Amino acid sequence: MRFRNALTATALAAAGVLVLAGCTDSAAPTGDEPTEAPTSVKVPYEDGTTMADLADAGSITIGTKFTQPLFGLAGPDGVPEGFDIEIGKLIAAQLDIAPENIEWVETVSANREPFIQSGQVDIVIATYTINDKRKEVVSFAGPYYEAGQDILVPSGNPEGIDGPDWFADNPDATVCTVSGSTSLTNIQAYTTNILEAADYADCLDPIRNGQAVAVTTDNVILAGLADQSGGEFEVVNAPFTQEPYGIGLALDDTDFRMWINDVLEQSYDDGSWAAAWEATAGKVLDLPDPPAVDRY
Amino acid sequence: MDAVIENFPLLWGGFLRTLALLGIAGVSAMLLGTLVAGMRLSPISSMRTVATVYTEVLRNTPLTLVLFGFAVIVPILGLQPRGVDSQTQFFILAAIGLSLYTSPFIAEAIRSGVNSIPVGQAEAARSIGLGFGQTLSSVVLPQAIRMVIPPLINVLIALTKNTSVAGGFFVVELIGASRKAINDRGDEVIAILLSVAFFYLLVTITLGRIAAVVEKRVAVLR
Repeated sequence: MRFRNALTATALAAAGVLVLAGCTDSAAPTGDEPTEAPTSVKVPYEDGTTMADLADAGSITIGTKFTQPLFGLAGPDGVPEGFDIEIGKLIAAQLDIAPENIEWVETVSANREPFIQSGQVDIVIATYTINDKRKEVVSFAGPYYEAGQDILVPSGNPEGIDGPDWFADNPDATVCTVSGSTSLTNIQAYTTNILEAADYADCLDPIRNGQAVAVTTDNVILAGLADQSGGEFEVVNAPFTQEPYGIGLALDDTDFRMWINDVLEQSYDDGSWAAAWEATAGKVLDLPDPPAVDRY
Repeated sequence: MDAVIENFPLLWGGFLRTLALLGIAGVSAMLLGTLVAGMRLSPISSMRTVATVYTEVLRNTPLTLVLFGFAVIVPILGLQPRGVDSQTQFFILAAIGLSLYTSPFIAEAIRSGVNSIPVGQAEAARSIGLGFGQTLSSVVLPQAIRMVIPPLINVLIALTKNTSVAGGFFVVELIGASRKAINDRGDEVIAILLSVAFFYLLVTITLGRIAAVVEKRVAVLR
């Protein structure tokens, strides 16, 4: 894959030289691509672009989470399901790649940037919050969804938690979250009494045992936990941050990024984005308005 | 490298917590291990049985299971320490788990040292009227401990690295801290992990040097 990226870069440079030289012979159709696929944004793709490479190869490698209910959750057969997966299928479809030709690679929070940088994956769709620090090493298409940090409590909300300010007023209460997450940094503005778990699901036992009163992280993750708990937990539903989820890709591949943005905007318009939502996360959460893509 | 410098306070905090776990678990495992070794050598058969069962159960259980038991099952039973905040609760539980898990290894190291002391030493002690406890504490153990400094330090070095398992059970020691740093700076994973390895080396190599010095100082000519 690294080899292919090098090829891409070389080809792009060569294309640039051609354009500068005033050559008119640009964007020759590659022949074996269907020329009238009605759903495609741009067909055929210019030679040397990542889109052309992927379409030629007929397969794409996508990094996603395998443990995230509603967004990316792999069953016993190892095939993940969820909203992130549907977004990946939408993008692959624009490249005429069938869903079964998508290779899903499990990425966790700690290895998303290295996987993109080393070319082990073509793109990452993994509840991946866009932030400036990450933009220094990878680039982001989207956002395709905007989550917000919220609070999960036992059903009936026995402590009466109504938002993060409650923790500032009750410094003795412990809140649980995952160490190193954006959620941890956000909640630290309200309380220091934080229990740091390795995974969000690990936070549930301390709540059952009274060692913590709530879990805090993105509302979609909490919705997945609440859904799985069968009514034992509920989401307070008072989001207090904005977490735009983007599609991570190689830092310098601006063409590919803009193309994915086109694909996302088209999916907003033709209803396939909403359909993907309804088929997955929409079973638990309301259909949100699609966020405007950020073409930085 | 700048990711390590940027996150140095975080990693340093994790390092101190690793040291605290090592200190608490190391000292209590030493005490407990000596006690268990004494029980295994005792003339009373029920004590030997208890010590043998204790040793075999703990040293043959994976550490992850032991710590899982303390971090998850103990609170379900409502037996967690009271009167402290949740972070401290889990720190105490992890320290107890590590102490219990390490003690049989200490006990076996000490027992092997005791077995290497010629039986005539104990017989001589008994013949001048010393009891079992006195024989063990004044005659046999002082000689035995000298013999087993290298294996004891081995156990402590293993314990140093074992503290990392607590990072999976709500304790933000070095590994937990590195997980935080990595999530913050996903572009410099290797640098952060290398710095964590360096912190562990700092402890384990120091322990090895201490062992060499102590061994030299307490060596007896036979």
